[in-house]
Amino acid sequence: MIAQKPALRLEGIVKTFPGVRALDGVSFEVMPGEVHALLGENGAGKSTLMKVLGGIYQPDDGTIFIDEAPVTMGSPLDAKAKGVVFIHQELSLADELSVAENIYLGELPTKSFGRVDWDSLHSNSAAILKRLNCKFTPQTIVGDLSIANKQMVEIARALTVDAKAVIFDEPTASLTDAEKVVLFDIISDLSRQGVGIVYISHRMDEIFTISTKISVLRDGEYRGSLATAETNEDEVTQLMIGRSLDLGQKVEHAQTGKVAIEVRNLSCGSLYHDVSFKVRSGEVVGFYGLVGAGRTEIAETLFGLRNPTDGTIHLDGEEVRIHSPVDAIRHGISLVPEDRKGQGLVLGMNCRDNMTLPQVADLTAGPFVSDGAEIAIFDQYRDKLAIKTPSWRQRVGNLSGGNQQKIVIGKWLSMAPKVLIVDEPTRGIDVGSKSEIHNLIRDLAKQGYAVIVISSEMPEVLRVSDRVVAMFHGEIIREFTSEEVTEDNLVQAISGIRSDKVA
Amino acid sequence: MADERLKSLTSMLARHGILVAFILFMIGFTIANQRFLGLDNVLGVIRSSAILGVMALGVTFVVVSGNLDLSVGSMMSFSTIVVLDLHDKLGPSMAIPAMFAMTMALGAFIGFLVGYLKLNSLIVTLGMLSAIHGLTLTYSGGKNMDIVDKSGTWFSVFGQGAIFGIPVPVLMFGLLAVVLTVILAKTPFGRKVYAVGGNGTAATFSGIPRARVVFMTYIISSFCVATAGLIQASRSLGSQNTVGQGLELDVLAAVILGGASLLGGSGTVFKTVIGVLILGFIQNGLLLVGLQFYVQYVVTWVIIILAVWLDIAAKRGRLWSPIA
Ligand SMILES: Nc1ncnc2c1ncn2[C@@H]1O[C@H](COP(=O)(O)OP(=O)(O)OP(=O)(O)O)[C@@H](O)[C@H]1O
Ligand SMILES: [Mg+2]
Repeated sequence: MIAQKPALRLEGIVKTFPGVRALDGVSFEVMPGEVHALLGENGAGKSTLMKVLGGIYQPDDGTIFIDEAPVTMGSPLDAKAKGVVFIHQELSLADELSVAENIYLGELPTKSFGRVDWDSLHSNSAAILKRLNCKFTPQTIVGDLSIANKQMVEIARALTVDAKAVIFDEPTASLTDAEKVVLFDIISDLSRQGVGIVYISHRMDEIFTISTKISVLRDGEYRGSLATAETNEDEVTQLMIGRSLDLGQKVEHAQTGKVAIEVRNLSCGSLYHDVSFKVRSGEVVGFYGLVGAGRTEIAETLFGLRNPTDGTIHLDGEEVRIHSPVDAIRHGISLVPEDRKGQGLVLGMNCRDNMTLPQVADLTAGPFVSDGAEIAIFDQYRDKLAIKTPSWRQRVGNLSGGNQQKIVIGKWLSMAPKVLIVDEPTRGIDVGSKSEIHNLIRDLAKQGYAVIVISSEMPEVLRVSDRVVAMFHGEIIREFTSEEVTEDNLVQAISGIRSDKVA
Repeated sequence: MADERLKSLTSMLARHGILVAFILFMIGFTIANQRFLGLDNVLGVIRSSAILGVMALGVTFVVVSGNLDLSVGSMMSFSTIVVLDLHDKLGPSMAIPAMFAMTMALGAFIGFLVGYLKLNSLIVTLGMLSAIHGLTLTYSGGKNMDIVDKSGTWFSVFGQGAIFGIPVPVLMFGLLAVVLTVILAKTPFGRKVYAVGGNGTAATFSGIPRARVVFMTYIISSFCVATAGLIQASRSLGSQNTVGQGLELDVLAAVILGGASLLGGSGTVFKTVIGVLILGFIQNGLLLVGLQFYVQYVVTWVIIILAVWLDIAAKRGRLWSPIA
């Protein structure tokens, strides 16, 4: 191949925030047509680097080159005009507007007198959606879409301009496998057209499927690059966290005790139907299924956020009625929700206050909240979960995505629940911390907690669960013990192939 | 180097933007008129701001929880008229608790509508603004309300008395400010108010009874309104049906000037006090400088807009930014 100029080059980028040196002289380049994976632990500076590139942050020092010409990125629109398109880790859509309006936000096509040209808006959007294999129309209101579909809209946005480089910041965190395949097709497509791709993800399988080159950041510094074809997961992990991990290995299972929670014939409208299962104390039960299989809705019912239309819930053998999260918490149930930004965190609050929120009424000295008790809890879980933040005073909104997720997990672990439900617990979490969290879940089970893990990540389910419940279209298709479960029969079960139960 | 210094200056401004603006105003007015910072004048300003201030303290809770209260002005008229009427019918010691109960019943009603029925607070309290006005007029029959024996009652102490030379309204304002600061900043309830205003869904997912928290903020707000009505009635011992008219906007201005976000989740009682004082001193300063009364309305608002803009500009470290 002839020597090419990089489509995009960053040199000596420095970015600091109060108390944090997020980027410390990072250099990085992307060739045309290259799919360049960017890896690093939570808080390593990946998103910050891309935000500098996307015009969201101004660097304290360093230069950005496009086609070897130095440029400054004044704003996201400016960056887009220069051919750099950014697909964010956190969704940034206007929920009230239609899909088409969101795709062309800020640059709606117009007719004379500045009137919006709805016809071409809708036909252009429809063409993009078709390319993405999306089932919804351009007129759909974004707020009505599932998280996965919102992500597709975010991606659709990137396709409206002639991009030189497209940045994907953890795009698959909420996509199903089928949607992922579509996304990867699109990425290959773009790359064939000579667009440079930056791909941030914590999922090694994806990175090895899609990327051609891997670069690693650590603590705001560039650690090196590897050609994907010439390396392996172990080498990359080494570079990233300085040691190797065995994520494939099954963690040790504990003794199980009495049934802690039992659900009998639970139904909730069309969301799920006739669901029964038991979880013993000391046991981890994995719920595996496609997005929309009804797993989150069951969790929300157990946590008092939805009323079941039929069926009963039993705790320690006694029937209970759970009408609100307050009831659920009183009964010793914790839920780590699936959407950290919307349901898990008050972004404007500091780390400590977020973590202690459910129990703040109990952490008192006299009528006042006890600072000491709160800080003690925060410190304990910061260490346990390796949360990276300059201090407990930091606004949670300023933490990196993975560290935000850790705050939510800490928040509910610190409640010492009898029954812990975690919904996609390691979404956006780096491989090192992921194995920490898996170990933690096993530890909790060992201490006698009953744990329900909802996850769309097969290796995760296989690794932590004593039993796996496979769900499809709101029904439990089959239960597997950890001995019988394999990737194959799990895939079969959740796609509804086991026809004896699926009408 | 100079860059570093600029950075620490902006971050200082970001944290205390409104305080800095306040100090600048004070310096400006003092240069314009020496009398401005005299003890007499300062006490006078605080005293005349006390009614507004007491109401703003309560509204701070409502705004931090992510709601609005536009009914406080007409609710204050209601309290004033009721307590004056009952003063002669029941005697002051019965009239005061009765008035507090009636005012807080109105607050409970609003809290029920906004908290438990989840109706939009702007619409509810805008409606209550005129509904309560109607209630007041019905109660009074449209007439002004006066205490018959103006010199023979101890009731005047709340508006006109002084302890160690400090006017009682100022003391009440100060005391309430301290108590409410502690409640909002130090108690579990206060924390819940911030959580509900910052992200209501996350608060629900954290087991916080959102409806009850919102309900309580309106109870607190109506308690403050009742206190303001008490001061007002006691100061003049007679009143029109419209004493509180328009105050809701000044109250809101003071709260926002203090830096509370109308979206909820931020703001403190202390900052509201600063906001109240800025508003009071601006109006007083303009008067001392010799501006005509009606020009004040305009200038006041220009200054408010400037202060708020400086505040957010300081928060993001530049005067304009593509992202908020
Ligand atoms: N706006 C901000 N204010 C203060 N600190 C920030 C801000 N944005 C990022 N940081 C800090 O900068 C560091 C790098 O964050 P960044 O989001 O780039 O990490 P990341 O590599 O994307 O991590 P993750 O894998 O968790 O998404 C973190 O320590 C984070 O707390
Ligand atoms: Mg990130």
